Amino acid sequence: MKSLKIIFSLVVLTSIVSCGNKREPSLQYMPDMYVSVPYDVNGAEGVNGKPVNSKPVAGTVKRGGYPAYDILDTNEGYEKAKNELQNPLEVTEDNLTNGKAMYDIYCAVCHGKKGDGNGILTERDKFAGIPNYKDRELTEGSIYHVIMHGKNLMGSHASQMTPTERWQVVQYVEKLKADLK
Amino acid sequence: MKSVALHNRLTNVFLKSLTLLLILSFSFSSQAQEVDAARQKEGRKLFRSLCASCHKLDKKLVGPALGGVEDRRENDWLQSWIKDNTALIKSGDADAIEAAEFSPTAMTAFPQLDEKQINDILYYTTVGDPVKPGAVADVASASEQGAAPGWLIYILAAAIIVAFLIIASLLKTISELKGAPKTPGAVATINEVWEGVKKNTFLKVLTVIFGALVAAYFLFGTLFKIGVEEGYQPIQPIAFSHKIHAGDNKIECQYCHSSAKHSKTSGIPSVNVCMNCHKGISEVADDTKVVFEDGTLGKSELDSEIAKIYDAAGWDADKLEYTGETKPVKWVRVHNLPDFAYFNHSQHVTVGGLKCQKCHGPVEEMEEVYQYSPLTMGWCIDCHKDTKVDLKGNEYYAKIHKELAAKFGVEQVTIAQLGGKECGKCHY
Repeated sequence: MKSLKIIFSLVVLTSIVSCGNKREPSLQYMPDMYVSVPYDVNGAEGVNGKPVNSKPVAGTVKRGGYPAYDILDTNEGYEKAKNELQNPLEVTEDNLTNGKAMYDIYCAVCHGKKGDGNGILTERDKFAGIPNYKDRELTEGSIYHVIMHGKNLMGSHASQMTPTERWQVVQYVEKLKADLK
Repeated sequence: MKSVALHNRLTNVFLKSLTLLLILSFSFSSQAQEVDAARQKEGRKLFRSLCASCHKLDKKLVGPALGGVEDRRENDWLQSWIKDNTALIKSGDADAIEAAEFSPTAMTAFPQLDEKQINDILYYTTVGDPVKPGAVADVASASEQGAAPGWLIYILAAAIIVAFLIIASLLKTISELKGAPKTPGAVATINEVWEGVKKNTFLKVLTVIFGALVAAYFLFGTLFKIGVEEGYQPIQPIAFSHKIHAGDNKIECQYCHSSAKHSKTSGIPSVNVCMNCHKGISEVADDTKVVFEDGTLGKSELDSEIAKIYDAAGWDADKLEYTGETKPVKWVRVHNLPDFAYFNHSQHVTVGGLKCQKCHGPVEEMEEVYQYSPLTMGWCIDCHKDTKVDLKGNEYYAKIHKELAAKFGVEQVTIAQLGGKECGKCHY
């Protein structure tokens, strides 16, 4: 009778261990190798159990970086950027190619591949009233300003692109606007 | 779980019949007034292309709700406001100055619109959307999807029980033939079966071998699964459906996972990225459904999921402004490599030009994300052995690449031949 019990409990045990619940992480050999002790970017705990959202020290510029964008998100700021801000990049094939790649990822869902305001989200009726670039007065400064701060329903896309990529997108948007005319 | 599902289904049906009633009553009320369909259509088209990015009919957005705006303002005033609101404000018009205070953003001027077009738009804001007659077609037919493999399990269980009964009755007959006292009933009791097995050496050996095999199977199965999370599908704090976002709406993976192109991690988007769209989209379309493992989420549930983002971002959906009280969304990490293995997303996404789906599977079809690949070392190495490297535009290393190709006698070297199989590439 005893051996029957042992066999039975063994089968139950192994089936519990091996069947696994896909909602739970599986068994780990040396878990401290999987769940990092030092800070891990995508870790659940942050530093000392606090979520991390560190911003760079004010006034610092990373190597090869740009100074922080200090034009404010106001009507006056918009006018200032529109009239004064210049694209530091030259128009080159490379800049336009990457500008297109970035535009297709970050802008085309709403603004459409051609910049006519017919992106997939517009077509599927999620958003309405996305303007056609040709109907708007755009300068390189105003485009950059809107990428940084957003405008009306559009949010800021600054966190998703580096400054160089933003300027490349600006270049590509200007090209699209020219093509639409 | 079943009763919960049933309950959900009942609420669903109840809600749907309610909306049906609502829509019906609406259609009656709107049939009461005569609508000039052509003007309405023209006005709607213009409104949707020019105004809708900031205005809704029934709700405040960037600008105020415009339903019935003709009751609140004079037509002349509206005409000049829409054509050039800045000029109207500068002229010192008191209404215009008051209207300008609604939002810090100045309204776009629309000098391209003529009087008739503006009147069409205003007509549309008064009569509202045309009522769609076929909108409520598939109300009741929605929610019947049974658990298909359920009956299969029952059949298997029944088959096992029947087989067990047959064996038991056979054993009983054998022991009776051998001279054991006859007992009533066709089937032996468990004790009798046990006695029968104990007396039979052949059966004993067979059982032991069988037991050993089963034990070995489970043991090795378990050992091989240690640290392998293939199929891991944790419950996330927000019922975010990749199918809706990346599949139906075709938003690029990198729109949200924007750090994949430059950094080691692909990044979990911060809520401001969610808010890029959800500032304007506070509720899902009426027929949106998300089929999760634990039940189907309908419109009301999904709308409350969107409200969770507002909660995290500190967005007041009624006043349409940020309150400043934010809190983190505690997403549960799905893919995790141990610290002793180095992996870099930018190396694969930007340099290698791989599609995300190569490793993460058909994410655009997943309502709930699960780990598609095993992420074991063998799995990495297999891909490194097979993948040929595109060496174009890499002149600096041209000579080395040429020599490598000659050394291995191939036209195009693989990652492994470039050193992608060296231990130190990933473990250091």
